[in-house]
Formats: sequence, structure tokens, C-alpha cells
Amino acid sequence: MTPLLSVRDLRVGFGQNPAANEVVKGVSFDLAAGETLAIVGESGSGKSVTALSVNRLVDFGGGRITNGSIILQRSDSSTLDVAKADEKVLRTIRGRDVGMIFQEPMTSLNPVHTVGAQIEEAFRLNRGLHGAEAERAALEVLERVRIPDAKSRLAYYPHQLSGGMRQRVMIAMALASSPRLLIADEPTTALDVTVQAQIMALLAELRAETGMSMIFITHDIGLVAGIADRIMVMQHGLAVEQNTTDAVLDNPQHDYTKHLLNAVPHFTSGKAVRADNERTATSEPIIKVDDLVVRFPVKKGLFKPKGAIHAVDGVSFDLMPGETLAIVGESGSGKSTTARAILGLVEKHRGAIAAKAGRSRRPIQMVFQDPFASLNPRLNVEALMAEPAIANGQKLDDTLRDRMRFLLDRVGLPADVLNRYPHQFSGGQRQRLCIARVLMLNPDVVVLDEAVSALDVSVQARVLDLLVDLQREFSLAYLFISHDMAVVERIAHRIAVMYAGQIVEIGEARAVLSDPQHSYTKRLISAVPAVERRRQHFAVDATQVPSLVRPAGYEPPPANWREAGQDHRVRIEETK
Amino acid sequence: MSKLARAFLRHPSGRIGLAIISLYLIAALLGIVGLTPHDPLKLFAIDRLKPPSATYWFGTDLLGRDTFSRLMVGIKQSMIIAFCSVGLATLFGTVIGLLAAWWGTLWDGILMRIMDVLLAFPAILLALLIIAIVGPGTSTSVAAIAIVYTPIFARVVRGPALSLKQRDFVDAARTFGSSQPYILSHHLLLNLVAPLAVQVTLALAWALLTEAGLSFLGLGTQPPTPSLGLMLAESKNLMTQAPWLMIFPALTIMLGILGFNLTGDALRDILDPRTQRREA
Amino acid sequence: MNYVVQRLLTFPLILLGVSILVFVSIRLVPGDAITAMLGTEAGLLTPDQRAALAAYFGIDQPIWSQYLRWLSGLFQGDLGISSIYGKPVLSIILERFPLTLQLALMSMLISLSVGIPLGVFAATRNERPSDLIVRMLAMLGQSTPSFVIGVLIIYVLSVFFGFVPAMGTFTPLTVDPLASVGQLIFPAITLGFAFAASVTRISRSAMLDVLSDDYIRTARSKGASQRSVVWRHALPNALIPVVTLSGVEFGYLLGGAVIVEQIFALPGLGRLVLDAITQRDYALVEGTVLFIAFNFLLVNLLVDLAYVALDPRIRIGGR
Repeated sequence: MTPLLSVRDLRVGFGQNPAANEVVKGVSFDLAAGETLAIVGESGSGKSVTALSVNRLVDFGGGRITNGSIILQRSDSSTLDVAKADEKVLRTIRGRDVGMIFQEPMTSLNPVHTVGAQIEEAFRLNRGLHGAEAERAALEVLERVRIPDAKSRLAYYPHQLSGGMRQRVMIAMALASSPRLLIADEPTTALDVTVQAQIMALLAELRAETGMSMIFITHDIGLVAGIADRIMVMQHGLAVEQNTTDAVLDNPQHDYTKHLLNAVPHFTSGKAVRADNERTATSEPIIKVDDLVVRFPVKKGLFKPKGAIHAVDGVSFDLMPGETLAIVGESGSGKSTTARAILGLVEKHRGAIAAKAGRSRRPIQMVFQDPFASLNPRLNVEALMAEPAIANGQKLDDTLRDRMRFLLDRVGLPADVLNRYPHQFSGGQRQRLCIARVLMLNPDVVVLDEAVSALDVSVQARVLDLLVDLQREFSLAYLFISHDMAVVERIAHRIAVMYAGQIVEIGEARAVLSDPQHSYTKRLISAVPAVERRRQHFAVDATQVPSLVRPAGYEPPPANWREAGQDHRVRIEETK
Repeated sequence: MSKLARAFLRHPSGRIGLAIISLYLIAALLGIVGLTPHDPLKLFAIDRLKPPSATYWFGTDLLGRDTFSRLMVGIKQSMIIAFCSVGLATLFGTVIGLLAAWWGTLWDGILMRIMDVLLAFPAILLALLIIAIVGPGTSTSVAAIAIVYTPIFARVVRGPALSLKQRDFVDAARTFGSSQPYILSHHLLLNLVAPLAVQVTLALAWALLTEAGLSFLGLGTQPPTPSLGLMLAESKNLMTQAPWLMIFPALTIMLGILGFNLTGDALRDILDPRTQRREA
Repeated sequence: MNYVVQRLLTFPLILLGVSILVFVSIRLVPGDAITAMLGTEAGLLTPDQRAALAAYFGIDQPIWSQYLRWLSGLFQGDLGISSIYGKPVLSIILERFPLTLQLALMSMLISLSVGIPLGVFAATRNERPSDLIVRMLAMLGQSTPSFVIGVLIIYVLSVFFGFVPAMGTFTPLTVDPLASVGQLIFPAITLGFAFAASVTRISRSAMLDVLSDDYIRTARSKGASQRSVVWRHALPNALIPVVTLSGVEFGYLLGGAVIVEQIFALPGLGRLVLDAITQRDYALVEGTVLFIAFNFLLVNLLVDLAYVALDPRIRIGGR
């Protein structure tokens, strides 16, 4: 039987001289009908360009196919070489034979048309449906992607929907024409873990329902374990390894695949937590947060009363010297706001943040998520490193430069970088630079706000190792903010789980991860994609995060806690 | 910085624009030191309305004055007014926009509403209003154009300054305890240099245009000092007998504005963060 | 809706600021108000007559009470009496306004109907020769002041076609629509020339930006044709900056009318402002400047509301 798609020696280049500027350098693969192929690689590996070549959308991004063939079997059993087809023919395969969903659900829908109109357009273009017929079809497909209250959502504009909902709309649009092949380009990267789990489960169910083939592009080898039949690993524009999923995961042949599998933080439900710190009853906390409340006022029109976003609502914890407390939660949980309140970057509404006097005037320092945004692009490394010292009354002299060189060396950057500018460094190097910079003031506590989230997995692993080393060497306490359970497992001594502005569970890392008590913690942990759990099946679940906007004067009911073990407290859930 | 200069010279508009501006600056400098082919104010009574020739390159006017020399002095006049007014507008506009963004809330509201009031007048009308009060003249033109463009600069600075203020590197600076002047100068202003450079160049084009417009109406530079707009206005009644009196001032005005517009465009292309990212 | 409410609330505030600015500016004119009002005749007045006149016009009152009096006059349509024409300022303005409004609207129509298609065309031919030609023309157009274009048009018309546009008088639209439009066509082209160029440039760059947006890729992945991608998906988004520009430019058209009406000797509002300034008729300066600013603000408000209608993100607000 001929495969649905057969790609041979595909080469794609960009720019004025595509042959000299190749991003994909000779990739071949086959995809049988009903099969799912995962293309895995880090940024710059050419995985997205390969996928965009299958429906030739790559042309509109400035790419040119310089060599190779892409033989696609069409629904009428004829075959077509996509690599050589002209735009007119290509238009008939886009949508009809090949559907596609993209990474950024926030920007992939047209902001001036309703979601209904956009789905109906897909039906109009590919099935010739019009008017009421198209509307009925749109409603039906929205229900198929499990959008609650689908009928009223048809009239919504994209900005009125959450990221997860928008990605469902994208999937609905791609399904409109019942394509034989669905290309999913990092469809869950921009989403929260629990939402990601929902979308993955949905895709798996739809695939079973329709029997379509899928090409799934991702940087996260753990994520595709549960959905892919075959895996192709890409590096620098080449397919370095391709085989069945089990073979690649259990018996990787190529060094790069082994390296990727090693670097991906494996989540082991608390078996791999650090054991280098014991809390003693006598030690005194370096930071003590008590009943922290942060609210942002919202105006609701002119005459309606004002309400407030309860971003952080009654958070209490303490942090001992030399200890790592991880605050885990999804977007909107208030974890970053908590960190910013501790640094004084947002004003607290109520509560106490007590910090013990430390080694310098500013004992608490912070490393931000995006290393591209947290370094001023117009200042060189010397000026960047000197800023904290100058702010605290020191002078830019040789002693200071010596300390810079010492710290840069310590975080693994060459000492001759002082005259370079941020754009001359990679993401991982910049984050090292940020870490070196906060150490200039010899702090006691470093707040790491999603500090490794923006990095490629292999870089992430090395930065995590560096952080652990630095913690011991400089006896630092870390407040580690993250959404990634697997990363947290590697670095945390204790974990606090936040949900909707409140801590729902807090305690020793092993206890929280291996024996989660709160329903949200359980949900969060079960959503973590992992190579080891690939045969587990997840049900589609459409739980929405509650709104944090409360009317003026609203106070949440007092929290009740129960002890689940020594140093493991859980918030008692209200039963409705 | 040399990389920037090279990119600028590689840009076709940049090259042409820079050539035109250099030419005009040379003409203006020669006009200032008085190195014109003839005395721009001297009446050569026997040489009235002479067409272009080897002696009078661009011809002479009704009073027998040399058009070429008068254009050189006109360019000097225009350039002085444009640079002074845009300089003032940049200074005041940047300070107002920066402080409005940094202080926020109440001060932002007050300062920007005042700018809105100034922006409620079409540019030339506001300039005319100021001239109506003070009376026409070179310094009035400078003041009028500066006042017209101050709110535009304030807006151009405030927008990016507001978003810079939200950036992580400003938050990082706060956690270090950096002083306000340090943050304003190193983190905000330094990052505003690029958009400001573009805006200044484009504003120079606009200032040339406005100055020529005002003197065309007879409300800018006063005779006998030559000015480009007035020369064009005076040519109107002689256009059939002496078209050179119209063509050369018209081309001089257009070319000058074109030079700054081209330069501004090239700067925008080169400094655009999107094109920068593509290269990185 | 928050945005609309905010715009509607700041509108009167800005208007108040504008009135204060105009009032104070005119009071800054050197020399005393009675001399300014009566010109040389003021020299013949006795001190008693002066005082009586001052009391009559309320100039002996403190400035804020003068302002309030003046403002309450404004609300009743009393903009003062013109010293040149000896008539109420408002009636002169209303006489002259139709010409200027028609001129501005005609130039705007011309600019938009030339600029938007040209800009969209150039964007879809990005970096090809046709795009480069459009860009060059637009750049030249933007660098050509209206007075240069106006003088050139008159020159070409009279020297090559022996045709001199009718000057000095104006046939209102209501009397003879065809003649009226015909009379203003060259002034409208003159006034709209540079604006058409900037509409072309803005449309082109907005279109280019939008065409590289993610949702355009989505539309293409659905199999939408190039025409549908450009007109249905890209244009509504690309029009948003064009609409904003149009609001701002309308003010420049009103202001530019000063120069164009001067060149073509048209009896419009722009000429009136100029006459008022050169002949030091301060009541008229005050009235015309205020009137034009008011119209400019009004158009900007309308444009902002149109902007809201175009962009559902503002119309409906966030989640």
C-alpha cells in the first residue's frame, strides 16, 4: 500500500540564495494513513519548516524548496508532488487534504471576525456550505471539540476566549474539511499544563474518531510519547533518528536522541527530590510571609461598582536559609505576583513580609523568566554587572571588575565578555549572565521567577545544575517559581502549590509530589507529560479556572488546614 | 555604531537622502559665511528677469537679483529655522513625554491633556495663531514650529517609555535599588534614541515644509531676507514670463523635504526592531 | 465600551482647554484691547469714552470673569463682531465654511480612493518593480508641499492648456453641483496630493505587517485564495491605522485649506483666517481658530468611534 505522504530528500532554504542558506538539509520520511508521526527537535532544528513544507505554507514565510519531493495521496486516490505543484493546486489541498493548527492560539485567529465566521469560512471553502448550513456545521464541529455552550460561542470574537478555548477553535477549523492529514505545530507549547493535557486528550480522541493521520511537531519528547506511533528526531536540519515510538524512547540509537531523553526532566512523582537539606526546628526563617494579599482594582464601566482582581489572597509561608521553596502553579495562579510583592515590585494590599537582615542592604534578589527582556539591550556586560553595585554606593573600579570576572567565570561565561552586548549571547548564556548579576550584591535569597522556562531542554538541565551548585557555594535560599513539575522536582526542598491566588498545599517536596492531597495538586501532577507514563490514558476534561475578579469589599472565607504528615499541610476543600 | 553607519550607507534611500542633506548643509554654510556667487540683496537693475545663463545660473528676478544666490540664503534661512525649532521641540517633547510616562497617573493625565489641547489645532493654524499674537519673523517661526511639534514628540516618547517602564530590565533595576535618574537615563532614554532619531529626521522635513508654507503666506521670514516660500509666492504672477523664478524655488523646497524624508525612512528601516531581529 | 465613555468625557475637557488657550492668546496681544478693536480711530477717544467702552465690553473686569462672560457668549453662538466686516463673526464663518468643508471632504475622498488601493497593490507586490515605483511616487508625493503642487498645477493649466481656474468666487453645491465640484477639483487635488501619498505609504506598511500575522497563515492553511486573504482577512485589520491617520489628516486638510484657498483665491474659511490675521481682526481670529479646532476635534472623535466599530477588541473589551 502506498503511504499517505512520502517525503524524499527535502531541502528548504531561506533568503536571496536559498541553496546556500538551508534550514532543512535532506529529510525523508513516510506517513501511512491513520498514523501519527512526531517530529521532535530543539529550536532551530528545522522541524517546523519541514512541516510547513507539506502544505507549502513555508513559501509565505520566505522559504523555498530547493530539492526533493513531497508525494501526497489525495482523497480521490490520485497523487501529487507538493514540492512542484503551483499555488492554484496547492490551495485545493490546504484545508481539504491537509489541515493545520499552530503554536500561538492567541494570534492565529483573525481578531476582527467572530469565531463562528472563521469556522464557517472553512466549511464554505472546502465543503461548499453556505448560510444556515454552514452555521449548523460550525456549531456541530465546535461541540465535537468539547466547547461548552457552543451555540453562544459562535458569536464570540477571539479575544473573548481563553488560550485553551482558542486552540479548540483552531482544531475545529482544521477539522471542518475532515482532512486526511492534520499538522499540529507545537499546539500546546503556549498553554498551561492542565490545558495542554486537555488538548492532547482531545487530539487523541479525534484521531480515533476520524482515522486521520497526524504530524505532531514538538520540542518536548515526553509530550508525544502518549500520542505518536513513530518519532523522528531532528537536529540542525537533519533527521538524525526515526523509528517507532517505543524503539526511540526505550532504545535510542543516536547520541543526540540519548542526550534529549536525558535532558528532558523526567517526572518521577517525588522519587528524585533533593535530599541535601533538613529543616531544624531551631533555625530562624530568612523570609516570613504572613497573610499576603495583592489586589488589582478593576473599573467596570462608568457606573457599575468597582471590583478587584484577587491576584494573591492570603498567602503565608516561610523560607529558611539555604533552602529552596518552589511555588508551583499555572498562569493566573498568583505565583509570580507573590514573588513580585516580596521584591516590592507590586504593592501589597495587606499582610506582612518579614526579611531578616542579610549580608547586604538588599538581601533578596530576583532572576526573571525572559533573559531577552531582563537585560537592557543598549548596555554592555560591564555596565549591566556594575548596575547593582553602583545602585548600592560602590564605584566601578578594578576591585569591582575582579568580582565581575570571578562571578562570570563561576557561572560558566568567559571573562572577556565585559565589552559585549546582550544580543551577542544565546538564551542560556544570558540567563547565566542574569544569575551572575544578582550575585554581585551577595544576596541571601534569590527569587527565580520561571528562570529556566524559556530555555531549550538541554540548556535548562545545565542551568539547573549550576543553580544547585551556586546554592551550596554561596549558601543561598531560593524561592523557585515554576509551572513545570519535573523541573521543580529536581531543585525543590519544599513545594507550595498555588491555585487561584491561594496556596492549596504546602510541604516537604517528596511528600507533596508522591502523596498529593488536594484535588488540584493531583490534577496538576497527572497532567505532567512523561515518557514513563505513555500508556496511561487521560479523559478529556474541560475544567475552567475560576474568575479572580471579585466585587468590591469581597473577602474570601478563612482557610482551614489539615496536617497530612510532618511538614505537609493541605487546605480543606469546600464541598458544594 | 560603525555597523549602523554601514547599514545606513547600504540603504539606497539613506545614501540619496544623506547626499541631499549634505548638499543643503554646504549651501547653508556658504550662505552663512556669504560665499554666494552674487550678493543676494543687490539689485542689478539692468539685468531684470534674465533667464538662466553662465552669469546668473538660475536667472534673475523682477528687481534683477540673482536667484541662485537668493536660494542659497533661503536654504540657510530654512535650515536654521528647521534645526532650531526641531531641537527645541525634541528637548521639551522628550522631557514632557518621559516624565508623563514615568510619574504616571495624575501627572501623566495633566501633561498629556495639555498636549492634547495643543494637538487640537491643525499645525499650520496653531503657528498662525502664534504669529497673530507676536507678529511674523524668524524667531516667531522658530517658536511657532517648536510649539507645534512639542506635543508630537511628547507622544512619540511617552508611548515607548510607558512600555519600557513595564519591561523586566526596569523591574530588575528597581530590585537593585537603582536611582530614578539612573533608570531614566540608562534604561529609558538610551532605548528611546532610535525612535527619536527617526522622528527628529522626519520632523525636520515637516519643519522645512511648514517654514516654507509660512513664508509663502508672507507670515514667515520677512523681506528683504530671501526665503524659499516667499520666492515661490512672488513667482506666481510672473510664471508665464519667467518660469525659472517658480521652477527653481519649487525644486529646492521639494528636494530638501525629500532629503530628510528619505533619510528618516532609511533610519526607520535600519532601526526597526523587527528587521534587527531578523539579522540577529 | 469603556473606551468610548472615556473619549466622550475627555472631549469637552479638551474643548475647554482649547477655548482657554485661544482666549488667553488673544489677550496676550501687545497693546490695549480698545486700540486693537478700533484701530487708529481709538486715538480720537477721550479717556471717559475709553472707560465707558471698557465697561461696555467688560474689559475692566478681572480676566477670569471676562473669560466666563466670553464663554457664556460662545454657548449662545456669540463669537463677537468682526471689525473688518462689521458683522457677527459666526455668520461670516458659516458663510465661508461650506466651501472649506467641501474642499476638505473632496480631497479626503480623492486621497483615500487613490491611496488605499495603491497601498494594498504595492504590499502584495512587495519588493517587485511595481512596488518600488509606487513607493518612489509616494515618497515624492509626501515631499511635495501643497503650495508647490498648486503653483505647478496653475502653471501647467495656463501655459499648456490655456485654462485658468475660476478664482475669487464660488458656486455652492446647492446651486449647481456640477459647477461646484468642477471648480474645486484642482484645489482638492492640490490639497489631497500629499495626503494621498501618506495614505499609500501607511496602507502599504499596515498591509505588509498584517500579511505576516499568524492568522493570515491560518487563513491560508484553510485554503483561502489570495484575494480572500487580502480583502477579507488582511484589509479590515490594515484599515485600522489608515482610519486613525485620516482623522489626524482631516485637521491638516482644514489647516492646509489656508494655503490652497490663498493660491486659488477661493473665499473659504482659510482665506478668512489669513485676512483676519493680516488685518488684525482679533475677534475674527479668535472665532475662526476656535471654529476650526472644534471641527477638528469633532472629526477626531468621530474617527475614534469609527475605529471602535472596526476593532472588536475595543468594542467589546476583554474577557
